[in-house]
Amino acid sequence: MPGWPWKNVLALQPNRRSGGKMSNYRIQGATGEWEVVIGLEVHAQVTSEAKLFSSSSTSFGAEPNTQVSLIDAAMPGMLPVPNMECIRQAVRTGLAINAQINKWSRFDRKNYFYADLPQGYQISQLYHPIVGEGELLIEADEKAGLPEDKIIGIERIHVEQDAGKLMHDQHPSMSYVDLNRCGVALMEIVSRPDMTSPAEAGAYLAKLRSILRYVGSCDGNMDQGSMRADVNVSVRRPGEELGTRTETKNVNSVRFVMQVVETEANRQVEVLEDGGRIVQETRLFDPTAGTTRSMRSKEDAHDYRYFPDPDLLPVELDDAFVEACKASLPELPDAKRTRYVETLGLTPYNARELTAEVETFARFETLLSETARALGKDEAKLATQVANWSLSVAPGVLKSLGDEADPANSTAEAQAKILKLQDAGEISGGQAKEIYEIVLKTGRDPEEIAETEGLKQVSDTGAIEAQIDEILRANPEKVEEYRGGKDKLFGFFVGQTMKAMKGKGNPAVVNQILKQKLG
Amino acid sequence: MTDLTELGIKAIREGVKAGDFTAREVAEGFNANVAAAESLNAFITATPDKALDAADRVDADRAAGKELGSMAGVPIGMKDLFASEGVQTSAASHILEGFKPPYESTVSRKLWEAGAGMLGKLNLDQFAMGSSNESSYFGEVVSPWRKQGSDAKLAPGGSSGGSSAAVAARLAPAATGTDTGGSIRQPAAFTGITGIKPTYGRCSRWGIVAFASSLDQAGPMAQDVTDCAIMLEAMAGFDPKDSTSLDMPVPNWEAALSSDLKGKTVGIPKEYRMDGLSADVAKAWDDGIQWLKDAGAEVVEVSLPHTKYALASYYIIAPAEASSNLARYDGVRYGLRDLPEGANLQEMYAATRAAGFGDEVKRRILIGTYVLSAGFYDAYYTQAQKVRTLIQRDFMNAFDQCDVILAPTAPTAAFELGEKTGDPLEMYMGDVFSVPASLAGLPAMSVPSGVNGDGLPLGLQIIGKPFDEQGVLNAGLALEERAGFTAKPQKWW
Repeated sequence: MPGWPWKNVLALQPNRRSGGKMSNYRIQGATGEWEVVIGLEVHAQVTSEAKLFSSSSTSFGAEPNTQVSLIDAAMPGMLPVPNMECIRQAVRTGLAINAQINKWSRFDRKNYFYADLPQGYQISQLYHPIVGEGELLIEADEKAGLPEDKIIGIERIHVEQDAGKLMHDQHPSMSYVDLNRCGVALMEIVSRPDMTSPAEAGAYLAKLRSILRYVGSCDGNMDQGSMRADVNVSVRRPGEELGTRTETKNVNSVRFVMQVVETEANRQVEVLEDGGRIVQETRLFDPTAGTTRSMRSKEDAHDYRYFPDPDLLPVELDDAFVEACKASLPELPDAKRTRYVETLGLTPYNARELTAEVETFARFETLLSETARALGKDEAKLATQVANWSLSVAPGVLKSLGDEADPANSTAEAQAKILKLQDAGEISGGQAKEIYEIVLKTGRDPEEIAETEGLKQVSDTGAIEAQIDEILRANPEKVEEYRGGKDKLFGFFVGQTMKAMKGKGNPAVVNQILKQKLG
Repeated sequence: MTDLTELGIKAIREGVKAGDFTAREVAEGFNANVAAAESLNAFITATPDKALDAADRVDADRAAGKELGSMAGVPIGMKDLFASEGVQTSAASHILEGFKPPYESTVSRKLWEAGAGMLGKLNLDQFAMGSSNESSYFGEVVSPWRKQGSDAKLAPGGSSGGSSAAVAARLAPAATGTDTGGSIRQPAAFTGITGIKPTYGRCSRWGIVAFASSLDQAGPMAQDVTDCAIMLEAMAGFDPKDSTSLDMPVPNWEAALSSDLKGKTVGIPKEYRMDGLSADVAKAWDDGIQWLKDAGAEVVEVSLPHTKYALASYYIIAPAEASSNLARYDGVRYGLRDLPEGANLQEMYAATRAAGFGDEVKRRILIGTYVLSAGFYDAYYTQAQKVRTLIQRDFMNAFDQCDVILAPTAPTAAFELGEKTGDPLEMYMGDVFSVPASLAGLPAMSVPSGVNGDGLPLGLQIIGKPFDEQGVLNAGLALEERAGFTAKPQKWW
């Protein structure tokens, strides 16, 4: 916002307090520095065919009110029956964040009237959530403003029903309601107020999303509303007591969360420095304007009259159930990243890039195993090559082709064949790209392309030797200069040779022969 | 030929099976009685065709030599709290007037599957809230009984007052009831019939309009203990659609009925000898003790020390749950909608609920909302739940010493309509003996024991251990055999 007398600064502090856990993010106000304290409540839709307490479908995008059971519509005498798949997914998620699993939990009713809430209450878990204390690691990323690793505490995960959706644009004077989403299972994942910068809040949400997608308990589609965050923000003078917080509801992207933290923290600093006070309130984010505005204050907040839902028995889990949940967990992002560095020898950067998204690591691991099989080599020996291919070479080619490429042609088998040709010295890096281009466009076999299109390196020493002899003969002065000590000319001879061979000479062979001949 | 409408479930079933009469003849007889008893106002909706259709199916099945169900040929009244597919299900409220559910409650479905037919939907206290059937939007039910020498209209009890009046007046051989704090037992006692509330969870609550979910239980109301056993067997059973349903097999209660109580111990709770207990009820209780001794039982005094807190606890927990359960009646999806000109959503809610709920329902919603609200929750709701636990413990301790407990069902015989409507607390006091068993989820039954000096029936209550409906039914049968209750209301309607 123009005209504000402060700006956000990233001032690296050599001596970080709290064992290096303090963020270096500060707001420079007119009257001094301010710290920001952030907590996130993330609502994640549980991946399940059926709703939390009814058998209605949960698929996205159906016609309004086509996925509504008698229970969802709260017809008289209808009763909720817990869907154990939703319970199982919440437990798996809890285990994935090293959380305490509460073997005894209970559903409570949160009572309020609204047209998108047919029962007149939401079934949630206030007093006894299914998952207790856990934690999540956000990794250092200097570029993103995260100087070092940090653990963010997670207070709880509870399971609850989603509400329906009001539609205000269907009729000039009435609102319509779509109950398709009503009763869909959500996990509410509540962090500790451990984050102190927009970057940390963003990294936390991104990491949480990644874990949920690894576990398969939420599809993480934030643009479809499968995951959304309520952002709690307060500011304080460094080291002082927590300030009054505001809660900005339903923020649905990592970028927006960061934006909310930034604008809301700055707004609060402005209010405080102008001698005002922060009102505990619920706010709404306007993505277009990039600002938040007040929705309702604590004074007119609902009294939700929570009490245990008498239609439901407590949820009691036995050890076998929890063990089965544990056994069903895949390798999680942190473990995978560590293994990529320690076992596969990847750089921390590559490891992080490859493990961030489920699709990315899945493609990488498939290609790595396919390549290892094709070459008969250890995965560890090929990992760096495959990682570079997966992270930069292949995406580069795909991007440059745009619509011409059919990604379906990019099979692991085809890519492994290209990597094998390259590994055997039969094609150069440039040729690999050219072959991959043709593969993407046509789906043809890489080996056949290399043969047919003449995209192969010449490693035949006789042919290379003949070419080199010719070049040396044509450039006697340069040969003299080189032999006289002008080492830099070696590159000239390589270049000439490759040019003469139309780039098909195997560089290693060319180098070796040139060295011999030039003595 | 005997008047078929004097027969109970067992007699009708056996008679139809033996070919002594047809199910259709039975249904026609009761349909006629229903049609002729409008002054009792026991039914909100009569469904004579449904009764005839069910009867015809039974007659056809019999003719085809098929095996008949346990309720075959028995037309019954259905409390208008059970969802009946395609038939108005009102809970005796204006807010659900005209509501025809597209589904059938589990309990009623089971009864139809057992061969029963539906005579109609019975009146009740609105949303089952009341002890006299005066809170119905469709008008009060009048008991068929009258005090000797008086024409004053008497309460049939509540909330299952349509059920009790219909069975007592022979408009139906049996009827369903629901019991949250005594709504089967007290009306049964007031009208000289028999009714049992089984262990919480025995009968599915699916499709029954909810009052207080942790207390609501369906049960039969019939002429005698045997009929109750037969009908309860047809109603009970695990239902995966109700999370609180008991996943246990249903015993064959009818077959195991026995009035021989040798080796059984009956507990007499000393705390139930309280002020306000009428002399005739105290006398009936003493008679009952003697009858059970005669049946071979040992009688011991037991203590239920937290009885005095039961009513207060009940009138916190039940309204708390009701305030939340009734939030769905908001005018948005079904039932009454009152949308004043230019009203917004909140105003529509207010107008709809103001017009749709009666005073007693509003009173309980207000109480329930209050006791759950921030700052009062611990003082009321949490405290009431603790009392509930203590009351359950009282019963468990008592059952260390006895198999069943004998007590009065209600502190007085039926009172006059209008007598207590001005004082809700006095009305609530009438539930003092029935509420503890509800809070503890125990099976409990009311059996007629005789008449008082005014010629009005009195009931005795048997409370049993969890899942021991058999023990309750057997003790009830022992009382029934010795009470020799044959009094009937003089037909005036």
